Amino acid sequence: MKRLPFSGWHLVLAPLALLFALPLVWLLVSSVMSNAEINRFPPALWPHGIKLDGYRYVLGNALFPRWFLNSFIVSAVAVTANLVLGSLGGYAFARIRFAGSKLVLGLMLATMVIPFQLTMIPTFLVMKQLGLIDTLGALIVPSLVTPLSVFLFRQFFVSLPRELEEAAWIDGCGRLRILVSIVLPLARPALSTVAVLTFLATWNDLTWPLIAINSDSTYTLQLGLTTFQGQHHTQWSAVMAGNVITVLPVLLGFLLAQKAFIRSLASTGLKG
Amino acid sequence: MASVVGTFTVDPRSRAAKRRARGEGATGWAFVSPSVVIILGLSVVPVLWSLLLSFQVNDLVSPSEWVGLANYKALVKDPAFGSAVSHTLIYTALYVPLSVVAGLGIAIALDRKIALIGLYRTLVFVPFVVSAAAQGVLFSFVLDPEFGVANSLLHKLGLPAQGFFSDPGQALYLLVAISLWSGTGFCVIVYLAGLQGVSAELVEAARIDGAGRWGVLRHVTLPALAPVTIFLLLFQTINALQVFDLVFVTTKGGPLGSTTVIVYFIWEKAFKTFTAGYSAAAAYTLAVALLVVGAALQIYRRRVAAR
Repeated sequence: MKRLPFSGWHLVLAPLALLFALPLVWLLVSSVMSNAEINRFPPALWPHGIKLDGYRYVLGNALFPRWFLNSFIVSAVAVTANLVLGSLGGYAFARIRFAGSKLVLGLMLATMVIPFQLTMIPTFLVMKQLGLIDTLGALIVPSLVTPLSVFLFRQFFVSLPRELEEAAWIDGCGRLRILVSIVLPLARPALSTVAVLTFLATWNDLTWPLIAINSDSTYTLQLGLTTFQGQHHTQWSAVMAGNVITVLPVLLGFLLAQKAFIRSLASTGLKG
Repeated sequence: MASVVGTFTVDPRSRAAKRRARGEGATGWAFVSPSVVIILGLSVVPVLWSLLLSFQVNDLVSPSEWVGLANYKALVKDPAFGSAVSHTLIYTALYVPLSVVAGLGIAIALDRKIALIGLYRTLVFVPFVVSAAAQGVLFSFVLDPEFGVANSLLHKLGLPAQGFFSDPGQALYLLVAISLWSGTGFCVIVYLAGLQGVSAELVEAARIDGAGRWGVLRHVTLPALAPVTIFLLLFQTINALQVFDLVFVTTKGGPLGSTTVIVYFIWEKAFKTFTAGYSAAAAYTLAVALLVVGAALQIYRRRVAAR
């Protein structure tokens, strides 16, 4: 690669990028400080050596591992279900002619504009009727499939040429077989977009777990972290260690699949 | 000649395939019904239920009682709701324009091929994927009056210590600042994607016609980005009017109610004081406001597109 010449823009961009990065750097730094360093006045700005006390506390005594597992279960089920149900629904809306399809699709898309606050009380009451309140089921059921997932798959399938499927169709292949063995292998961009958006939404959600969950053993990481902060107000290094653990999966996912993340999020904007 | 012959022979399998395509209603419904049941069941039903609730007194446990418009009438007179509305409007009026304008500026700055540009883009965008809960916990620590690094820095600079989230005059503005830190990155990537669609020929033509950097920005780039800008204004406004997680984690609506926003008010009424009917009335009021904002921007967007 050819070396690019130095540009004056670095003088603007480097401090700007640093400004955005600094709070996260501080998150990492303070998670390896000792409580003595944090609790003196004025607090230290840089640690003297790395202390893992915070992580030891969080992983040993608290319910953090359990909360991590809960968050993981909810996100994993939600991502899988959105990929399966979203692609099934999206494929049917894109390719199969059936009575009422336009009406139902329109209705589903219209529900995207409903703010969550409007549905949260009745959703709570529905989950209570189903006996799911205070279980992971209450978190999983509403996130099994979103209209956005169905819509993103539909848009992608509409853009694929029909000819790819025609030969298989004429040979008597069923729709499900065509979807699984011909269409989905070509749908990696759509699959990764839906996976990324679903994972971000479920992993990061606080509002709904706050409403639907009461027992601390059923908390998700976001809810657990929030209550943990309230209860351990003086153990900031442990709180920050917990915070690092909460943020890390999303951050790692982002850094590993940055292109997919950015394309997914930008696409929600440009198609809107 | 073979091809001509081919057009006259209809493959019997293809005729069968056409017949199959007509009788596919069952397959179609089988594919969409799980999504339809879950999505409509958990949206249409709750929306109507909420409307009923807003005319009732309900504590989420005992049977509800019909009270007509009493909830809405009480809402109009409730000073707590009034201040929740004004806090939300202040937050929105600051966050939306600042994040969109900063997003545009940073996107233009990042839209060039220089060394390290990928790293700069990553760093600007990365706070966006951090959850509001994690942001709230992090900034509660940074801005902790006693143990926080912010006051420590002020001390080093010889400036007086601040109350931050414990100061009713500062808390709401700090929430705006934190939201800008995490939310501007989204505007940046949407604008960056939009900038790739601005015609290079048009920019070149404007340059040849003697337009300077500002001229190109004003007369070529900004008009070309108008649809993106309208989308971002809409998206950011809807998000800002619904801010909740960050408030819950950092201030719980305090101090002295100075950060009680509408959704916090709705949550508190439903799940803390168990006045779900009253809460539903507040939620409906917000939803109608969102609908009006959305419709107004859609109309504006059509007009821009038609021009």
